[in-house]
Amino acid sequence: MIALAAIALGTLAAAAVALALRDLIHSALLLIASWVGIAAFYLWAGAEFIAFAQVLIYVGAISMVVLFAVLLTRPPTAPATPVRSGRTVPGFLAGGAVLGLLAGAVLSSPLPAGMGAAPAFGVRELGLKLLGPHAGALLATGALLTVALLGAVVLAAGRGKEDAP
Amino acid sequence: MHLPVQLTWLIPALPAAAAAMIAVVPARRPGLGAGLALAALAGSLLLAVLALGGALADPAARLTHTFTWFAVGHGAIRLGWLLDPLGTLLAVMVAAVGLLIFTFSLGYLRDDPRAKQFFCFLSLFAGAMLGLLLANSLLLLFVCWELVGLASYLLIGFWFQRPAAAQAARKAFITTRIGDLGLLLGLVWLQDSTGTLLLFDGGRGVLEAEALGSLAGATTVGGLAVSTAIGLLLFCGAAGKSGQVPLHVWLPDAMEGPTPVSALIHAATMVAAGVFLVARVFPLLAADLALPHAPVHALSVVATVGAVTALFGAAVAVAQDDIKRVLAFSTVSQLGYMMLAAGTGAWTAAIFHLLTHACFKALLFLGAGSVIHATHHEQDIRRLGGLRGRLPVTGATFAVGMMALAGVPFLFSGFWSKEAILHAAHGWAISPLPFLVALAAVALTAFYMTRLLAEVFAGAPRGHGAETAHESPAVMTVPLVVLALASVGLGFLGTPWWPWLQRTLDPTFKAEAGGAGLMAVSIALVAAGILAGWARYGRHPRSDARAPDPLARSVPRLHRALAARLGCDELYAATLGRLNAALAAAANALDRSVWDGCVRLLARLGAYAGLVSRETDEEVLNGGFNAAGDGLRASGRAYARTQTGDAHGYVWMLAAGFVLLALAVLLGGAR
Amino acid sequence: MSPLQACLLFSSALFSLGLIAVLVRSNAILVLLGVELMLNAANLNFIAFWRYGPAPAEGHGVVFVVFALAVAAAEAAVGLALVIALHRHQRNVRLGDARRLHG
Repeated sequence: MIALAAIALGTLAAAAVALALRDLIHSALLLIASWVGIAAFYLWAGAEFIAFAQVLIYVGAISMVVLFAVLLTRPPTAPATPVRSGRTVPGFLAGGAVLGLLAGAVLSSPLPAGMGAAPAFGVRELGLKLLGPHAGALLATGALLTVALLGAVVLAAGRGKEDAP
Repeated sequence: MHLPVQLTWLIPALPAAAAAMIAVVPARRPGLGAGLALAALAGSLLLAVLALGGALADPAARLTHTFTWFAVGHGAIRLGWLLDPLGTLLAVMVAAVGLLIFTFSLGYLRDDPRAKQFFCFLSLFAGAMLGLLLANSLLLLFVCWELVGLASYLLIGFWFQRPAAAQAARKAFITTRIGDLGLLLGLVWLQDSTGTLLLFDGGRGVLEAEALGSLAGATTVGGLAVSTAIGLLLFCGAAGKSGQVPLHVWLPDAMEGPTPVSALIHAATMVAAGVFLVARVFPLLAADLALPHAPVHALSVVATVGAVTALFGAAVAVAQDDIKRVLAFSTVSQLGYMMLAAGTGAWTAAIFHLLTHACFKALLFLGAGSVIHATHHEQDIRRLGGLRGRLPVTGATFAVGMMALAGVPFLFSGFWSKEAILHAAHGWAISPLPFLVALAAVALTAFYMTRLLAEVFAGAPRGHGAETAHESPAVMTVPLVVLALASVGLGFLGTPWWPWLQRTLDPTFKAEAGGAGLMAVSIALVAAGILAGWARYGRHPRSDARAPDPLARSVPRLHRALAARLGCDELYAATLGRLNAALAAAANALDRSVWDGCVRLLARLGAYAGLVSRETDEEVLNGGFNAAGDGLRASGRAYARTQTGDAHGYVWMLAAGFVLLALAVLLGGAR
Repeated sequence: MSPLQACLLFSSALFSLGLIAVLVRSNAILVLLGVELMLNAANLNFIAFWRYGPAPAEGHGVVFVVFALAVAAAEAAVGLALVIALHRHQRNVRLGDARRLHG
């Protein structure tokens, strides 16, 4: 429980600060920290494979893409995108209300208590599941990833000179 | 040889697979795409005929095949296919008419560089439509229902470079979506109260006695039986798809699409899906008839809406000058007839009329397409004329279609199906009004079709396009001839002396005698309509394109009001547009970020309320609405103004909606 | 408080943080990252329920998270490509300026 509390607090703090900072590079670096925290949670929960996947995909890949996007889209002059005050209050209101509702629902629902041993569900079992009953979905995911990659390249590459900056 | 019900999925899957394959065919080889589309649809036609054979072998037995889509917790969502005479008959019709229209499109779109996409969308449509007809689950039906809506959107906006086409596509999508919201709510309610969306499931389906009894037994707000409420919600979807008043505004604008699309989707098949849905869930709609104290019967609403639509469409069609718009309003009117028939209990007559109408209206639209093709895209009947000698095949087949639609006695199919509907309306115990309205629409139909035929084909050419017209190639005229033959022959499947069709669809159907007097009345009305049309338009054809319409000379105010379609589009623009403008001004005055979302919610509620209150404003309209210009863009803009494009606003609305819903569940007591 | 409840509270807080970021920040990249956080919170829930659910040996939660991760990767790639395309068109990445589709 103490480990969980530490992981949760670290992750949440990193995420909260990341989303409040003005400098996008700092935000991105702190978000990577928060993704590492989530990976730590997966490890704590006994889902090692997911933890490694999280590190590989988020900490390794998505963070790089985010950093590139930040650098590519940085305004040439000083960063001039302040948080617009007009949306802050309703945004926090909505977020707080959602948090309140979710927390209320979690605390008031009858949930199984107690902590059993970590279930034995290793990479071997996961692989059998993925290639057995979920083989079709796995293929579809592969197709989706391919299409998304091609689409991203087309989108980011643009159509040529006429709409280059 | 019959099609095993387990293989039913092949019928919609073939065109759908063809659509996917055409999508990746290189664009420089459009012939390959068209060939794929035709081959796949031909395969579907063959399979559908086999399925029809199986269904006809024993009409009372319903062949079903259900399977689990996914399981959640203790429940499972199950889908299924159903082979019964109703679905398979219409599937054969859709595949056959579709095949003819695909063939016609080969000629019509020969020079279009995007013909490949056209066939891709058409194949997608055909697959979804066939799936819709053969589904045994309302959920599967709904999925296909939305897919045909998507295909319709894509095809109306096929020439999206033209602003009018893009606007019409959006209008069609949004207007039908309003009806679909009702359909979706009905489905959710049905799932909630019966636990299934399968139509027939060995006694546990929603159309079987057990579920119907419990639905009719329970009551909800206003003393309505639950079955009535759900039936009316489902009818909302049907009314949107089938262009029933007040959701008809999209259908005439949908004529911005290529003419084969108008023929296939907006005349023969998709718009008839609403009628099909009503026929499909007829037991549910009729479940409240046994309740003596019901405040309103679902079927009475269907009949009333159908009657209003039939008269409205026929009246407005009289004063339109665009050849396709005349046909579009005629479609609105004929769909109203079908709803009227279904509402008065004769759903077999509705399906009979659906079948005959699909043939002769596809014929008329393809004939119009042939005229447009031959005259270099001239659609204004004031600048046509004198095409009888120049387009002999088109003229002759168009005349056959016109006589079928007008209900010329004995030889033409429209006469028999219309007769069946009139018979049903005559026998309706609740009110004689729909019957009288239907009679009036009969005369009007004969009148406007005579006008159309006379203006386009008689007299002398009044424009450059008409003077230089040449008959279309064989790939376009052969489908016309086939459809003309079908327009004659189909009628004999359901005559009062041998009602094979009605008996096949509904084994309990009993033919009633004593229609001779009624038949005489309707023949007299048709004759009166044709003679009046001939006297006004045929005897002295107008000399040049600028000559005023003869009707406009004798009753100018009425003609103006009708030509402006009784001001429906303007009314929507005036009410919804002004409401939006007022709310927008208020929103500017308030703190934009806090209140913007709320106001948008109000505006949207207002939009729905405006649609509902439109019915009560009917009297205002008939006073002769003199509105200038084309109100389409205005009404499209009125709808579009609720879409601000502000992503933050949307997410905020999502979050607020979630909180409100969750609070409602918490405070209202979770079930 | 049971461990499951703690996990769920953790994911609720993470989700709300993401939501607030989406609502408050105007930079499209940060909005996208907020969405990523919300997605991560959902994954967290899957793992929590798998860990304490009725049939951990079945591994439904883990399998689902694998797919969700794959889809998240695709989403991030396309989303950031969209941000770059947005930047090319309007020379900034303010989401509030990207409303050319409004009616």
